[in-house]
Amino acid sequence: MAKDILLGKTLEELTQVVLDLKLPKFTAKQIADWLYKKDITSIDEMLNLSLKARTLLKENFNIGLIPTLKEECSVDGTKKYLYPTNLPHQFIETAYIPDDDRATLCVSSQVGCKMGCLFCMTGKQGFQAQLKAGEIINQVRSLPEWHKLTNIVYMGMGEPLDNVPEVMKSLEILTSDYGMGMSPRRITVSTIGIIPGMKTFLNESECHLAVSLHTPFDDERKKLMPVQNVYPIKDVLSMIREFDFGRQRRVSFEYIMLKGINDTPAHVKELCRILDGINCRMNLIRFHPIPNSPLIGSDEETVEEFKNLLNKKGLSTTVRRSRGLDIFAACGLLSTKELMKQQNKDF
Amino acid sequence: MTSDIKIKERLTKSTVVSNREIAPGIYVLKIKRKIDFKSGQYIGITTDIDVEPRLYTIASGENDNTIQILYNVKDDGWLTPRLSEHKDGSTIYMTSPKGDFIDDESTAWWIASGTGIAPFASMFRSGLKENKTLIHGGRFTHSFFFEKEFKPVLKNKYIRCCSQEEGNGLYNGRLTRYLQDIDILPKDCRYFLCGSPEMVVEVRDLLIDKGVAFNKIIAEIYF
Repeated sequence: MAKDILLGKTLEELTQVVLDLKLPKFTAKQIADWLYKKDITSIDEMLNLSLKARTLLKENFNIGLIPTLKEECSVDGTKKYLYPTNLPHQFIETAYIPDDDRATLCVSSQVGCKMGCLFCMTGKQGFQAQLKAGEIINQVRSLPEWHKLTNIVYMGMGEPLDNVPEVMKSLEILTSDYGMGMSPRRITVSTIGIIPGMKTFLNESECHLAVSLHTPFDDERKKLMPVQNVYPIKDVLSMIREFDFGRQRRVSFEYIMLKGINDTPAHVKELCRILDGINCRMNLIRFHPIPNSPLIGSDEETVEEFKNLLNKKGLSTTVRRSRGLDIFAACGLLSTKELMKQQNKDF
Repeated sequence: MTSDIKIKERLTKSTVVSNREIAPGIYVLKIKRKIDFKSGQYIGITTDIDVEPRLYTIASGENDNTIQILYNVKDDGWLTPRLSEHKDGSTIYMTSPKGDFIDDESTAWWIASGTGIAPFASMFRSGLKENKTLIHGGRFTHSFFFEKEFKPVLKNKYIRCCSQEEGNGLYNGRLTRYLQDIDILPKDCRYFLCGSPEMVVEVRDLLIDKGVAFNKIIAEIYF
């Protein structure tokens, strides 16, 4: 039988592990310390554990660190890492985005995605598997630059709030004292608006929320994002309105600028109407074409004008700087093509 | 304002009228109808009030006496193995109907795989029968749920694409191949897609590739 892995276990779970192995309870905290704060790659290196403890751990567990398989570097410093998964020929992507005084990591939460958004490359893979908390944490922990990270965004492959239990566990490990000790204000989880997942996330974490909006019009959003048929944006917004984000927790909206589709003054007007009363930011994102897509990105002038109009109406809006274009840093582009022929189709 | 959003939606108790296996691992659950809905909408179902409901599209017509859902039993799932054990007269919990996967009387193609036929069964049973073409993809000859209702009415506008078996009146192959082989697809009607994410994405790409405008395509996904 395959051994269980230690990486991705919360302190509570590690405590259960050591109690099951009849080791002292404090060993759990020591293991967490090695797993989440130090640069070790094997159980043997957990030197403050007794020899008996290390032996028992090795007999029953692997540490669970998986090195990157491939690395691509952009001229702008962005790096894209490919990590293997348990599934053959299938990978997850992680993007490291250094900037002046910050270094952001964009992590994946699923292998593939179920949501089928028209503008997304990952969706073309279909859904393969949920990532375990250990596989999410591994994207941080096995990153050569992990000590430099200042921010983490859950905006890679997959819909994070369609994998709530594992995403929540990973957030606990990233933000707790026993784990990596990051401030939740340095972490943003992005969703297309899975309402049950949002409820859990908002209640049980303090991280920032980003919602993929992409158009304020229901009928238009339905064509871009099938989730609109299930969780209409008006229900997502009314839930956000009900929630007290406090002074420091932030909600933002992501908006990919699509030429002739969602970039008109009517969209500005409607955005201001539906977001009225929500203290939020808007991030405009340039669309980078994906193969066989009917969509094209808005031109620079339109993006700028759209931003200015929103700002003028009091909606704090920025345009996200495109990074890593020469290495296809947008999620899913790198890993999708090879996967599409491998699926066991039911149709 | 609250900083603690209630996890549980308001759930209503309902009684199972029948729960029958109609094909290997595929069940039709009928429950007492207490609410109005629009065909194409979904409800959340759970057998335990403390467990988050799973979403299922309603398969019955708007005027039927029961609410029907079509589900397949996932051995590793929480709900469906329990649900399949539910006997007539037992209690389950459901949410109010929601969703916006709604058609009207205009011309449309309905494209489904597997249990993705449910919303189209509801639309059909609610009276949308004219101007509809229904293409259903499945692996086996027993995968074409409700075919006895569709066949006599939709006639040659009901196409069953069977990928792993041959059968009388069935197109032998995947529905994507069936669509691919059509020279010219109508451009002025809407296309409704319901099924696995893989099917939805692949069919949508194929339709767009054949000249259908993306805003004519409306998709419902399972998740």
